[in-house]
Amino acid sequence: MAHTITEKILAAHSGKKEVNPGEHIVADVDFMVANDITAPITINIIEDIKNAQIKNEQIALVPDHFTPNKDIKSAQNVKLLREFSKKHGVKYFFETGRCGVEHCMLPEMGLVGPGDLVIGADSHTCTYGALGCFSSGVGSTDLAGALLTGKIWLRVPETIKLEYSGELKEWVYGKDLILMTLKELGNVSAIYKSLEFTGSTISKLSMYQRLTMSNMAVEAGAKNGIFSPDKITEEYVKDRVKRNYKMYQSDPDAKYSKVRKFDVSNLDPQVSLPHLPSNAESVKKIGRIEIDQAFIGSCTNGWYDDLEIAAKVLKGKKVHPSTRLIIAPPTPEIYMKALRNGILEIFGEAEAVIGPPTCGPCLGGHMGILAAGERAIATTNRNFVGRMGHYDSEVYLSNPAVAAASAIAGRIVHPEEVL
Amino acid sequence: MDIIHGKVWKFGDNVDTDLIIPARYLNMTDPEELAAHLFEPIKGENFNEIVGESDIVIGGDNFGCGSSREHAPIALKASGVACVVAKTFARIFYRNSFNIGLPLIIQPEAAEDIQDGEILNINLGEGKIKNQTTSKEYSFPALEGMMIKLLENKGLISYILNEGYDSSEKRESSG
Ligand code: SF4
Repeated sequence: MAHTITEKILAAHSGKKEVNPGEHIVADVDFMVANDITAPITINIIEDIKNAQIKNEQIALVPDHFTPNKDIKSAQNVKLLREFSKKHGVKYFFETGRCGVEHCMLPEMGLVGPGDLVIGADSHTCTYGALGCFSSGVGSTDLAGALLTGKIWLRVPETIKLEYSGELKEWVYGKDLILMTLKELGNVSAIYKSLEFTGSTISKLSMYQRLTMSNMAVEAGAKNGIFSPDKITEEYVKDRVKRNYKMYQSDPDAKYSKVRKFDVSNLDPQVSLPHLPSNAESVKKIGRIEIDQAFIGSCTNGWYDDLEIAAKVLKGKKVHPSTRLIIAPPTPEIYMKALRNGILEIFGEAEAVIGPPTCGPCLGGHMGILAAGERAIATTNRNFVGRMGHYDSEVYLSNPAVAAASAIAGRIVHPEEVL
Repeated sequence: MDIIHGKVWKFGDNVDTDLIIPARYLNMTDPEELAAHLFEPIKGENFNEIVGESDIVIGGDNFGCGSSREHAPIALKASGVACVVAKTFARIFYRNSFNIGLPLIIQPEAAEDIQDGEILNINLGEGKIKNQTTSKEYSFPALEGMMIKLLENKGLISYILNEGYDSSEKRESSG
């Protein structure tokens, strides 16, 4: 029978010839990840079991959310991760200076690759689907189960196929495609399902823009968001991934629960209005929205390419006097590359503050919290109530060009307005 | 499986994990400490103190959407909530709840009808919700294999330690 890429990866990992949507399987896990928020619960579970043995080479523990540790409790949590890693011989434990946002670290270091089955105790684990692997967010108990057994129970998802055609306009990126898609799908229609991104627009999209798109699959409720691996994938993974990887493709006659086609040649940059990522609207249609803060970073849009786009807009300009711009390159590697190439200098000259690699502002953790009544534009993935600070603050989501331009204008604008 | 008997606390659509337990409390892991901040953005502090043992939360669409934080079902369970009924659940929240032995029921009609403060009797084994206040009854499909195992074992870890995935694989392939 014909199958989708997701079904093929799940079948290969559960020792079956084929699997079908709705089926419950127990699958082998290739790689796992947990952070300073979710790992402590996992660790407590494991330490309660006498003589527990764990899959210590298949996990990365990445304390990224409150790094550099924001308070005593956060420091205690990271200490717990550090000591656990030592005791159990966890191969990949990263800390401040060597640590960044987990979903940027793992692809960058080649710890995940095409054809893998990856789970992570973080909802944006779906990011790695861009590489052509099955990758899904789970909870801390799930992760403990997988650390003990190397396996996880899963329900095989139905797949929604998304087909994009048309050339993207200038200042329009993967972020705009996914925000538009979330609006079209709504935020519940993909619950328990897989999203498969295809079409002529997608085959030209850079790896970073694909990562941005699969990152936000969970905002439609999806279990995973996956791309067919191709030359662009191969180019990205070949010098990074040290394990054997396998490039699966969906069969042309595979069964989908739904197929949606989008002509994106007229798409403008999108902005998600509070308080749902699916509240997307063209930046040209939202009227005058003044902002107090802009944030560029996170696992969604903090990639080197995103910083480069922001720098293109910010070069020789100043951030509006009534606006603050915070930029946090999400990994040390991205930070150093931006430093060497003069991008951080452009940000500094524009009077932005450059933060350390951290999740910090993205989840209202630290380093850029909003007060009551304040408004921010962010290149992140969530604009829920109180996501970046006070419950009465507001978050608007956009691509890095719009965020940078808005920081200059002091209100949300199309990049063309400031260039 | 037990009968759940308790009072209803009703919420709307898209109750995300930031509303159930805000991110700034995620540096805690103690269930009691987390419970003190349950639904804080909606209900204020110490809402857990007025939730009774075995009370029931009703949600709309997409209950538990957002982050993977298990702190959310942990805070619910530690506050005394015995079950959540909703139109739809976000999938990670769904897994997390069963993995710690907190049952969830998908019943859109009940989630729409039932009002704050009403008293319910829920029989998980039989798939029945009875609204004691209005006398209206609802049924829901019996839980599937893995879900029952998780509830019977009071969570994933004891299931793995007691029975193990291998036995479930054998059972499935022989059945
Ligand atoms: S950057 Fe934001 S969305 Fe990404 S892992 Fe960190 S907190 Fe989560």
